[in-house]
Amino acid sequence: MDLFEYQARDMFEKHGVPVLAGAVATTPEEARDAAERVGAASGGVTVVKAQVKTGGRGKAGGVKLAKTVDEAEEHARAILGMDIKGHTVHRVMIAQGAQIAEEYYFSILLDRANRTYLAMCSTEGGVEIEQLAVERPEALAKVAVDPNVGIDDAKAREIVEAAGFEPDVAAKVEPVLKALWAVYRDEDATLVEVNPLVKTESGEIIALDGKVTLDANADFRHPDHAALEDSSATDPLEAAAQEKGLNYVKLDGSVGIIGNGAGLVMSTLDVVAYAGEEFGGQKPANFLDIGGGASAEIMADGLHVILSDPQVKSVFVNVFGGITACDAVANGIVGALDALGDEEDRPLVVRLDGNNVEEGRRILAERNHPRVIIEATMDGAARRAAELASQN
Amino acid sequence: MAIFLTADSKVIVQGMTGSEGMKHTQRMLRSGTAIVGGVNPRKAGTEVEFEGGVTVPVFGTVAEAMEATGANVSVVFVPAAFTKAAAVEAIDAGIPLCVVITEGVAVKDTAEFYNYAKEKGTTRIVGPNCPGLISPGVSNAGIIPADISGGGRIGLVSKSGTLTYQMMYELRDFGFSSAVGIGGDPVIGTTHIDCLEAFQNDPDTDAIVMIGEIGGDAEERAAAYIKDHVTKPVVGYVAGFTAPEGKTMGHAGAIVSGSSGTAAAKQEALEAAGVKVGKTPSETADLMRHIMESLAR
Repeated sequence: MDLFEYQARDMFEKHGVPVLAGAVATTPEEARDAAERVGAASGGVTVVKAQVKTGGRGKAGGVKLAKTVDEAEEHARAILGMDIKGHTVHRVMIAQGAQIAEEYYFSILLDRANRTYLAMCSTEGGVEIEQLAVERPEALAKVAVDPNVGIDDAKAREIVEAAGFEPDVAAKVEPVLKALWAVYRDEDATLVEVNPLVKTESGEIIALDGKVTLDANADFRHPDHAALEDSSATDPLEAAAQEKGLNYVKLDGSVGIIGNGAGLVMSTLDVVAYAGEEFGGQKPANFLDIGGGASAEIMADGLHVILSDPQVKSVFVNVFGGITACDAVANGIVGALDALGDEEDRPLVVRLDGNNVEEGRRILAERNHPRVIIEATMDGAARRAAELASQN
Repeated sequence: MAIFLTADSKVIVQGMTGSEGMKHTQRMLRSGTAIVGGVNPRKAGTEVEFEGGVTVPVFGTVAEAMEATGANVSVVFVPAAFTKAAAVEAIDAGIPLCVVITEGVAVKDTAEFYNYAKEKGTTRIVGPNCPGLISPGVSNAGIIPADISGGGRIGLVSKSGTLTYQMMYELRDFGFSSAVGIGGDPVIGTTHIDCLEAFQNDPDTDAIVMIGEIGGDAEERAAAYIKDHVTKPVVGYVAGFTAPEGKTMGHAGAIVSGSSGTAAAKQEALEAAGVKVGKTPSETADLMRHIMESLAR
């Protein structure tokens, strides 16, 4: 889960990372109140920042300096509701103004290849870091961080030296890096990025912007993380699937997909897209993994979610029974179709193989449902499902 | 011969007395695996009975189980919240192979126990979030169904469980020396490269199927490794061409971030290394079938 900047700011503050005062607002009036409180310490000057989980908001006009509370309210009115790269702005953060002398960059992230963490740091912050990494890689220090050691005094020193900070600044940056490590470790983050990390005119080091990604698998340690979720942005079908514990991703095609195992389902999407090229570009409508050992009930839940998507014209159920038994899958299909009744008229192409396949096919054959089509192979079934989607 | 899991493998199960552990221990026993013990500190000293009158002793710790039975493989079924502690216990006991089946382990936990194992240097980790590995007819450590395919001379390494099953099923007329499900998490213990190296050195493996998916750059690195080190024929498959950017597709590690981790880039890297890449699982199986047929001539 990616956090909004204001959530990252609060999390930074909790772990002792120096940040400026800031408050979130969802209306221009709230923004005005926030500017009154937040701007008190900076001579009334505030910055109104769009809260969207994407980059490039400055260029899009989503960040504006306000010298008075009237201006803050005015900017908030302009920014709220703005569209930035497909993200609608529902919130703004009102941040205290700062006199910036220098801008730096710092991040900690997961290094999948080396199976360690990686700290990246540069004295040239405030720019697109991907661009800096390509154009001037020597300006971006990369230092491996052992997960069992983290960023201690020695590692913090190694990072600031590699980045080439002046000694007096380095001494002030080091404790900030250690505090950011505490955020990464204690909150189970997979990314903590500060761009820019700034030195103010008065010589203070401050995290002026923050990006944090949290590991959902660690939620059991962090009951407070649930409140950070932005449920308004979730697709309603994805939300319904999530409620039933299903692993569902909404896509924009016409062939509904259910399978077992993430790899097989991804593969099914691809095979359907290839087959769909022959039938006017039919594409998969979703990703849905019912998982290993899925019961008839899970199968039925999955089918309900998929058929509640009006874009779906046909459904492809692709199951290889490893632990999942094909008879349970067949019972789930039959049960779901019976529950849906006659008003549901979209065709269902089923390919079953593996554990208890004979029994699974027998159950489907016996029920002899007019809209269920059994295919022997994955490629053949994908073709059939794409063809049917093109006809409906 | 086979890789990692051989006729000499003596397997213990951490979390055997839980429902998943019980179910799969039974399956492993049925496929002929030498299961020599279970580990559960609260049930130490007891025995668990499986079908056919087989009893398996329960030990308090991995170290005790190893000392009493000579176990050299552990399969971990404990819940995600306790997986790191179980893996650390296995590593501390110095067990040579620790197969972590558990799904949903926090990345930080895996990063910590993987690096701990690496530092100690005595335990190979497979997984987490994986189906384990099987050397058909010899031993089975994990949840791969043993009846899909028998033994043979193809080696298989895959990020995905069900694609492993699908590929074993398609090529069951040839059979497998070993099939290793390495898991779909962002951090995993044993990589494609580790398996490619082992298959290259295994006299009983003639050709290798490598299955990858979107996310990270493990397939690209495997391609570079194949180019320099693997002389046996390799056939590849990559899942996730149609996956949208920024969405996690079931496996925690299966995500395209910006322009990195795409299936197209992985396919390109593999093909540049001389690996034939199938467009679908069936086409991939056909490519391997041709290779096995031409090797037999």
